[in-house]
Amino acid sequence: MSSAALKKKALISDPVEPAVTPPPHLGDTQFLTRPKIAPRSRKRELPEGLWAKCPKCKELIYDKELDDNLKVCVKCGYHFAISARERIHSLVETCSFEEMDSQMESVDILRFTGPASYEAKLAAYRRKSPLLKDAVVTGVGRIGPHRVALGVMDFSFLGGSMGSVVGEKLTRLIEAGTNQCLPVVIISTSGGARMYEGMFSLMQMAKTCGALAYHAQARLPYISVLTDNTYAGVIASFATVGDVILAEPEAEIGFAGARVIKDTTQAELPPGFQTAEFLQKHGLIDAIVSRNEMKAKLIRFLHFLLKNPTQR
Amino acid sequence: MKHQLEFEKPIAELQRKIHDLRRQSESHGSGVNVEAEAKSLEAKLEALKHQIYSNLNAWQRVLVARHPQRPYTLDYLNLAFNDFEELHGDRMYADDRAIVGGFARLSGERVMVIGTQKGRDTKENILRNFGSAHPEGYRKALRLMRLAAKFSLPVITLIDTAGAYPGVGSEERHIGEAIAVNLREMMLLDTPILAAVIGEGGSGGALGLGVADRVLILENAYYSVISPEGCAAILWKDRAASSKAAEALRITAADLKRMELVDEVVPEPLGGAHANPSSAAAELKSALVRHLAEVRALTTEDRLRGRYAKFRAFGHFSEPAIRAA
Repeated sequence: MSSAALKKKALISDPVEPAVTPPPHLGDTQFLTRPKIAPRSRKRELPEGLWAKCPKCKELIYDKELDDNLKVCVKCGYHFAISARERIHSLVETCSFEEMDSQMESVDILRFTGPASYEAKLAAYRRKSPLLKDAVVTGVGRIGPHRVALGVMDFSFLGGSMGSVVGEKLTRLIEAGTNQCLPVVIISTSGGARMYEGMFSLMQMAKTCGALAYHAQARLPYISVLTDNTYAGVIASFATVGDVILAEPEAEIGFAGARVIKDTTQAELPPGFQTAEFLQKHGLIDAIVSRNEMKAKLIRFLHFLLKNPTQR
Repeated sequence: MKHQLEFEKPIAELQRKIHDLRRQSESHGSGVNVEAEAKSLEAKLEALKHQIYSNLNAWQRVLVARHPQRPYTLDYLNLAFNDFEELHGDRMYADDRAIVGGFARLSGERVMVIGTQKGRDTKENILRNFGSAHPEGYRKALRLMRLAAKFSLPVITLIDTAGAYPGVGSEERHIGEAIAVNLREMMLLDTPILAAVIGEGGSGGALGLGVADRVLILENAYYSVISPEGCAAILWKDRAASSKAAEALRITAADLKRMELVDEVVPEPLGGAHANPSSAAAELKSALVRHLAEVRALTTEDRLRGRYAKFRAFGHFSEPAIRAA
């Protein structure tokens, strides 16, 4: 995992994680079945009337307003971090998301000995957010008319780092996509491979890419969405082999952390280095899509990629 | 003067003693008694080497893996293979000298060998970028692998890199994507692939050549998700903790074999591969020949299924049984 990515996490620790998940798209609401997504988070019970300060334009924004806008600053368009579940709410049709492997948890296979034990770290994160067992939420849901195998990473769990659980859940998701002829959409945010699981973490890169090889062989579409920030082991694996690669505006994306590059090369970094815009200019990213447009864009791309969407 | 690691000093000390003793006896013309003593010291030297080298800790093995006299890819191409014909360039941007590749013969069989290459001296290290490849290195590797598959040549990769290069050009040309594409393409490459970590197995830069039917590792090589220094800097906030990090990450060949992350540990001569490169190469060659024969015997379908199953199985997690509603 890149040290810069970790540093960044420290800086934006719990940026603004209050209040309400954006309301589902009411047009489609059906209350016939209970939503299969996990129950409401305790976070929503925070008292109302909190304000968030936009780190870009310094504007104070009422939380409710920020949440209604999918955590995008209403003044300057800055994209705040968003949890995996909030993002899923923003993308899938109500009641359509069936989560997979929701109980899978990490284990301290190496008995990692360090300044902090991995066990203790895991326990702390689980206490903080009991509904988030690890750094990715996966499942099958409907985005517009399309059934999609959807994986969404969450930076708030150990910097979104990929260990065995993230790798296994994504691999099962991709395999489910291959077996059920579903497109795969993965929304990434991660500091990279999880050090605490050593080589098992590194091998998740090969595992996920291997599963995607078979998914691609079946000529099924895979859309990768890069969000702030996505680095190292995730950038060097499933996140960059999408048929279509999208990114949120100004997301920081790279292989090595900027600090490491500066220290190694002693070179000045070009302006805007490792931003989504920089990477688009250099040919990695198909389109930069703001969070508010993401669902509509995904539907449009899936329309082009799938022969007969209504049958899926 | 040969480069010496801290823990090798007692060995060198004893070697010098034996040398001095012999020289003295030559100049004084006396004889038999000294020779007997020298013989006993030599036995002691073997025992000492054995004792030191069988008890190396993780960090010491990292130092052996980085030993400046350790054989590199081109050395193994000389010692374990014949008729190497190097092929250059990714046909897109450049020829990355940090990765070498080309046709060679292994025990008479035609193969494609691809490996990361470090430099022996400053000049060569600048040429080889200290064995840290740019995206064009991984793209050259993929081009050669596809070429190999087209003409049914098995692919053998030799891995010895601190990691892919962290630089501006590397990022501008998408080093992450270059590695990721290799991971995906190697999984379905229709020809046998063997990978051997011969020195440093530095993270994604190593894995970018590491998806194979069999993964071998030399006894004193290491393979890690992050360099011990990088891990120490992040978790301990102190690079001096590298030795602790090396231990915690479980990166030695023996640890990796115990965790079934590699298929075989290839023994090195006493004192490490640098102490006797041709013997190290002979061991590597015999392991490669054996595994190649096994993998070749499989049908394409079985081989690819096995390759996927191997990587598919990596990972440990807990999964509480979900009670039926």
